Amino acid sequence: MTNVAYYPGCSLHGTSREFDESLRAVAAELGIGLTEIADWSCCGASSGHTTDHLLGVALPARNLALAEAQGFDTVVAPCAACYNRMSAARLAIATEDGLAEQIPDILGHPFANSVHVHNAVELLHDASTIIEEKVAAALAPNPLEGVKLAAYYGCLLVRPFEVCGYDDPEQPTSMDDVINACGADDVDWDMKVECCGGAFSVSRTKSVLRLGRAIIDNARAHGAEAIIVACPLCHSNLDLRQKAMAQRGEEPMPILFVTQMVGLALGLAPVDLGLGRHFVDTEPLIARLVQQAAERVAAEKLAKEEAAAKAAARAEKQKVGAAAGTSGGAEGGEAQ
Amino acid sequence: MSAPSRTLAADILEATGINAATCYQCGKCSAGCPMASESDLRPHNVMRLVMQDRREAALADESIWLCLTCETCSARCPNACDPARVIDAVREMSIEAGVADMPRNVAAFHRAFLEQIRTNGRLHEMGLVLEYKLRSGDLIKDVTNAPGMLSRGKLSFRAARIEGVAEIKRIFEKCGVTP
Repeated sequence: MTNVAYYPGCSLHGTSREFDESLRAVAAELGIGLTEIADWSCCGASSGHTTDHLLGVALPARNLALAEAQGFDTVVAPCAACYNRMSAARLAIATEDGLAEQIPDILGHPFANSVHVHNAVELLHDASTIIEEKVAAALAPNPLEGVKLAAYYGCLLVRPFEVCGYDDPEQPTSMDDVINACGADDVDWDMKVECCGGAFSVSRTKSVLRLGRAIIDNARAHGAEAIIVACPLCHSNLDLRQKAMAQRGEEPMPILFVTQMVGLALGLAPVDLGLGRHFVDTEPLIARLVQQAAERVAAEKLAKEEAAAKAAARAEKQKVGAAAGTSGGAEGGEAQ
Repeated sequence: MSAPSRTLAADILEATGINAATCYQCGKCSAGCPMASESDLRPHNVMRLVMQDRREAALADESIWLCLTCETCSARCPNACDPARVIDAVREMSIEAGVADMPRNVAAFHRAFLEQIRTNGRLHEMGLVLEYKLRSGDLIKDVTNAPGMLSRGKLSFRAARIEGVAEIKRIFEKCGVTP
């Protein structure tokens, strides 16, 4: 079993509890051990590095130092903002003059900058073979089989490339691969890496509504039944703010965390994945998908039974035909 | 603003290692900027002002505070000029020079956010929103979302305070930041 340090960050303990709940549930199912970093602190997010470059490095560095001291070489930061800030801090300390000496002094602790930072998509992407196997072996019909889902990466999972570097910054595919591992179909759409308005959710909501509407409209136009995200900010901007965007009477677009999607494919209960905590109700979508899956499995079963019955009938006919054939030859002779 | 002896481009070069003169004004950064339609200065304009040493025009404009730090500009720059990093540095200089025309709401949000971290070590979202409201004067907004957030278990009244709060205060002091 893999064992990694887990940095939940402030959002996963608050407004995005369902990301934490679904990640823990899915990790347990996939045999990934998550150990929460003891006494972790906030990464500073945009407010940190927008105000002061050094503060933007030092705040996430404290958590990297804690993970290092607690004996880990890898930390998983599911929140895209935390992931980005921790990766940026790691890179800055490794490359910028003087920071490697300055940071331990600022922290008041030794720090060798030895901890790798992964996001939730990377974690699941690395586990996609296990996900495929588990989905194939699940007893209940997979509700996601053939469902069209739009992978939305936003900014902080893929940019800047020097910081993230695990996927293409313009045309990333890692989350699409996870969608496919769940048996669903990734949607080819235009807004994968567009910004949702991020930290302006509270302070400049009108910008967030403009950007979010464009993202949801485009996913809908390309046939997506839900948008899959891996960032608490993207989630709240597209989910909580969606009601304020909807102006043309469209059907609401459910916004699911990538961990919730994997959990559904693995057959976990929606309640254990925190799917009831969203503002855009996920219940109608899930009910429809579960019913579709049951009908599909029933239809497949029926088709199989019919095929078997046909084969049996054919075999019976051949047997009768063969039996008739031995005497039939004589009959044929008589007829002539 | 007292006239510094060095050019803005030289200050940017020292702070970021980026030579603004390598920007050839193709405008690809601004074409992809999600805030371009709401900003007077777009990323390539900021690069141009740095090149032209128009310090006040760059540092005192509201536009630099409308940047979402989404990094699209830097990802698409064909000459690796990193406008996002330049704008980050311009913002810092703008605060230092005391000319920041930060929209009141954005400033209030950043200060409330950092104050939350400095005092608790973690962000208490309810505390952030309350502090933001007091600092911005924007008291009514989003109040209608609160019951929905509470019923979904997304808001808590209690702030989580970490044990190492003194270490966080030390980080803020060493970095010279007072929210």
